[in-house]
Amino acid sequence: MSAQATPKPPSYLGGEYGMRSWFLTLDHKRIGLLYLLGVTFFFLVGGIFAVLLRLELLTPAGDLFQSETYNKLFTLHGVFMVFFFLLPAIPAVLGNFLLPLMIGARDLAFPRINLLSWYIFMVGGLFTTYAMLAGGVDTGWTFYTPYSSTYANSHVIATALGIFISGFSSILTGVNFIATIHKLRAPGLTWFRLPLFVWAHYATSLIMVLGTPVVAITILLVAVERLLHVGIFDPAFGGDPVLFQHMFWFYSHPAVYIMILPAMGVISEVIACFSRKRVFGYSFVAFSSLAIAVLGFLVWGHHMFVSGQSLYAGVVFSLLSMLVAIPSAVKVFNWTATLYRGSIAFDAPMMYALGFIGLFTIGGLTGIFLATLAVDLHVHDTYFVIAHFHFVMVGGTVMAYLAGLHFWWPKMLGRLYPELLARVTAVIIFVGFNLTFLPQFVLGYLGMPRRYHVYPDEFQVLNVLSTAGASILGLGFALTAVYLTWSLRYGKKAVPNPFDAVGLEWTVASPPPAHNFEHVPSVHHEAYEREREEPARV
Amino acid sequence: MSSAAPQLAQGAHADGSLAHHFESHAQQNQAATLGMWAFLVQEVMFFGGLFTVYLVYRTLHPGAFAEGSAHLPRDLGTLNTGVLIGSSLTMALAVRCGQLAQGKRAALLIVATMALAAVFLGVKAVEYGHKWEDGLVPGLRWNPAAGADAHLNLFYALYFVMTGCHALHMLIGLVLMVFVARKAWRGGYSGANYLGIECLGLYWHFVDLVWIFLFPLLYLLHGPGGHA
Amino acid sequence: MFENFSLWPESASSLSGSIDALYLFLIGVSVFFSLLIVAALGLFSVRYRRRPGHVATPVEGSLPLELLWTGVPLVIVLFVFAWGTKLFVRARTPPEEAMHFTVTGKQWMWKIQHPSGQSEINTLHLPVGQKIVLTMISEDVIHSFYVPAFRVKQDVLPGMYTSLWFEPTRTGTYHLFCAEYCGTKHSEMVGSVVVLDPAEYQAWLDGRPSEKDPLQAGALLFQNLRCDTCHFSGPATGPAGSPRGPDLAGRFGTDVTLSDGQTVRFDERYVRESILEPAKRLSAGFPALMPSYKGQVGEGDLLALIAYLKSLKAPRSRP
Repeated sequence: MSAQATPKPPSYLGGEYGMRSWFLTLDHKRIGLLYLLGVTFFFLVGGIFAVLLRLELLTPAGDLFQSETYNKLFTLHGVFMVFFFLLPAIPAVLGNFLLPLMIGARDLAFPRINLLSWYIFMVGGLFTTYAMLAGGVDTGWTFYTPYSSTYANSHVIATALGIFISGFSSILTGVNFIATIHKLRAPGLTWFRLPLFVWAHYATSLIMVLGTPVVAITILLVAVERLLHVGIFDPAFGGDPVLFQHMFWFYSHPAVYIMILPAMGVISEVIACFSRKRVFGYSFVAFSSLAIAVLGFLVWGHHMFVSGQSLYAGVVFSLLSMLVAIPSAVKVFNWTATLYRGSIAFDAPMMYALGFIGLFTIGGLTGIFLATLAVDLHVHDTYFVIAHFHFVMVGGTVMAYLAGLHFWWPKMLGRLYPELLARVTAVIIFVGFNLTFLPQFVLGYLGMPRRYHVYPDEFQVLNVLSTAGASILGLGFALTAVYLTWSLRYGKKAVPNPFDAVGLEWTVASPPPAHNFEHVPSVHHEAYEREREEPARV
Repeated sequence: MSSAAPQLAQGAHADGSLAHHFESHAQQNQAATLGMWAFLVQEVMFFGGLFTVYLVYRTLHPGAFAEGSAHLPRDLGTLNTGVLIGSSLTMALAVRCGQLAQGKRAALLIVATMALAAVFLGVKAVEYGHKWEDGLVPGLRWNPAAGADAHLNLFYALYFVMTGCHALHMLIGLVLMVFVARKAWRGGYSGANYLGIECLGLYWHFVDLVWIFLFPLLYLLHGPGGHA
Repeated sequence: MFENFSLWPESASSLSGSIDALYLFLIGVSVFFSLLIVAALGLFSVRYRRRPGHVATPVEGSLPLELLWTGVPLVIVLFVFAWGTKLFVRARTPPEEAMHFTVTGKQWMWKIQHPSGQSEINTLHLPVGQKIVLTMISEDVIHSFYVPAFRVKQDVLPGMYTSLWFEPTRTGTYHLFCAEYCGTKHSEMVGSVVVLDPAEYQAWLDGRPSEKDPLQAGALLFQNLRCDTCHFSGPATGPAGSPRGPDLAGRFGTDVTLSDGQTVRFDERYVRESILEPAKRLSAGFPALMPSYKGQVGEGDLLALIAYLKSLKAPRSRP
């Protein structure tokens, strides 16, 4: 099975060196690593803001920052984490690297456009970084009008432009993935033999292509309104501020699924590998991704139950939001059932995947609270919402990103990380995460509104717990960064298939050769199917 | 089969028209066309968002929109619609020539398309000029006495954003045409590979189509009374 | 730090108990399913851990199981949907008989006016056991009126009235928060709701400097702005109104036919629009004579005028 061909082609990391060979590369794997650098940088920026926020919230009074500074901090935390980390993290890093390898292709369909998307992403991100350094922005990442368009005195236009630009990167990535998955699959690799990671990315790409342009035009309109003082969303000129919310959430709710669907793809791969089983109910898991993508476009109004939209709109959106819970539940049950009669190993990626299932379950269930009209009446815009989406975005997406990064790290960089340390870190992150965000559910039901710089005394105990958890969580992320970097130089060299996984990406060398496959592979078996299992080596 | 494939790829590599990761021109063409269609879908969503905003405000302020519509010069709008449909024809003929490997004729037809596009943009510039003189540019030069309805500026704000986005798409198309026409003139396309022309054609027809929606919405719909 | 520490919010409105019950039910469901998943993960992890001699057994999917775990959650969420919607409709349907307060939000304060005219800033005194309706509008950005102890909130929009109702059931002092981010001092746009016994509430009212109640204020404005020259509004004995504008007595709450043949409900929203942009939706049968009062009347004046129009009874009693 392993690539023993002689002479061995040089890996994609070798062959050419020098800045030019990296910054003008058309190789999807190198572009994946470029994204890894960008995304990690923006995660660091967003993370620093998170630390500062939690420090301020240690005490009820505003004794660390001015209100204005605090408002900028949570805005920038949201902007960087959502637009420059969560959205691109899994698709642009892991997806870029792995999609062609998984489907037996030598590259994505449009390598030049792929490189272009990275540049667009970085320009957008650096533009936003400029806006931050020039004085920041204080509208919240949701840019609600008319505050953002008329009242805010901060760098709204520059930030909006940064997000607008990076949106094109997302669109181009989506277009690229769709064409690749349709047209570049290896002979014999039918749709129902595709790894679920590919299905998840296909569903994600659909949302990227259908949703991103709508938020692009919305943000453009806000910028035009601010620049020219015409009241597109300002009631003083006959505009409708609630229309902005409709337009914004029409994208930004599906965007949540851009963040979580690829994560679900990663989890399917990891669970299958470390339990040595096919994913239980393969086609249900595959179709649930598409169901989530489609339903995701019909539920945006659940962000607006108390916004003044009509009662009937609220009822319809509540019902549709309830339905999204079903495909998510189907996935969780199928992953759990995959473990049944498996042969389960607890390597670091699996630790993260198991953590993901638990946290995503809580994140998903609390989503039902928010979709329930009467409960949302009370918890809307409180810390309950904060806790809910951090369970999905951090407990879900970030855990899955770490699972995927650990799973494919040996493949991507050809080195093994210290396994024991990685497992311990996974536990640290899990504990820290829960301590940070579980108290926030309680805070939310007690009524603490989000985006509060100062707060009543009685909320302090829970805030202190949350900050304590955040320190543990931060320690976990720092440790991960340290040992993964360490492994680049000192880690053991990886064999092509260190985890005994199934999938085309494991049939090539670690790291893979520049053109991936010497011969286009042809596929004769189902996804995750193992040839006759011999007794496991331990 | 798997051993023949790389050779095929290498053989086709020689003329540079087949990228290393494709097995055949057919696969490359299909992928590119599909990608282009996917890209156009996102364009539809982009303009769809704008149209939604337009329709919502039209419903909220029918008076202002009827008045604004009545202000717009129908004759220039009609002229431009004709010009743009003409440019779609020349573009379609260019694609046809690309198919038949008639590079020079394709290039000439693309130049003709560019000329028509320039006429369109020229007329548009004249229209913008009139708006400027009449003080109908919200935010930059607005004459409060320009119209009776208080929300007329909302109509004009949307008019400029919508036609502006459309004109920007045309400008991008013009730039692309320069490259494609040059390549076609130099014989850079063949009957098996005229992807550049094909995708350009798709893009141009889309830009045309957007105008076909913009024209009646902005120029022709004068509201319930239908007064001019 | 531990003063007033609690894990459950105070409950002080007729709605809060019902919402708490639904919330507890949801917690029950969540705990059940979370434990189910965690227990299954734990059990399988131990039972099927990788060890010498243990081999994974291929298991294909199972249609009955898929149907089960699609169907059961579906039934549960539909049940929750129905329950939540029923409560929400109750929370969003204002009662017929109630005390009407008006709330104006602006960066960063709440201005509240009582039915009897007294106004206060960032504090709302209420009598216990009374149904309260708030009519709210913002002077600048979007705010949100939130009283956790009552379990209700409603966004307060610029340019459009929204309303909120509740019935306080327990005396005490509760938090009032702005829940929609509204700028620099968002977190200081807070106040308190003080629920008093009816007698104490009356005493509190009597202790306030007397201000014109919104009815009187509205009536005065109606004269000062010369509304009465075109819109008849006298006592219910006079002849039909002046032909220059419709008779406004008894018009509030009715459906009005417009000049383009459409009908519109003569409500807060329409009155506000007609004062600020009279030409937009003209009543059928009247010339477009009325000038816009934009810039001449503030949000408070508008609310007073609305209160006054509401109070005008129809000249002839309607069935």
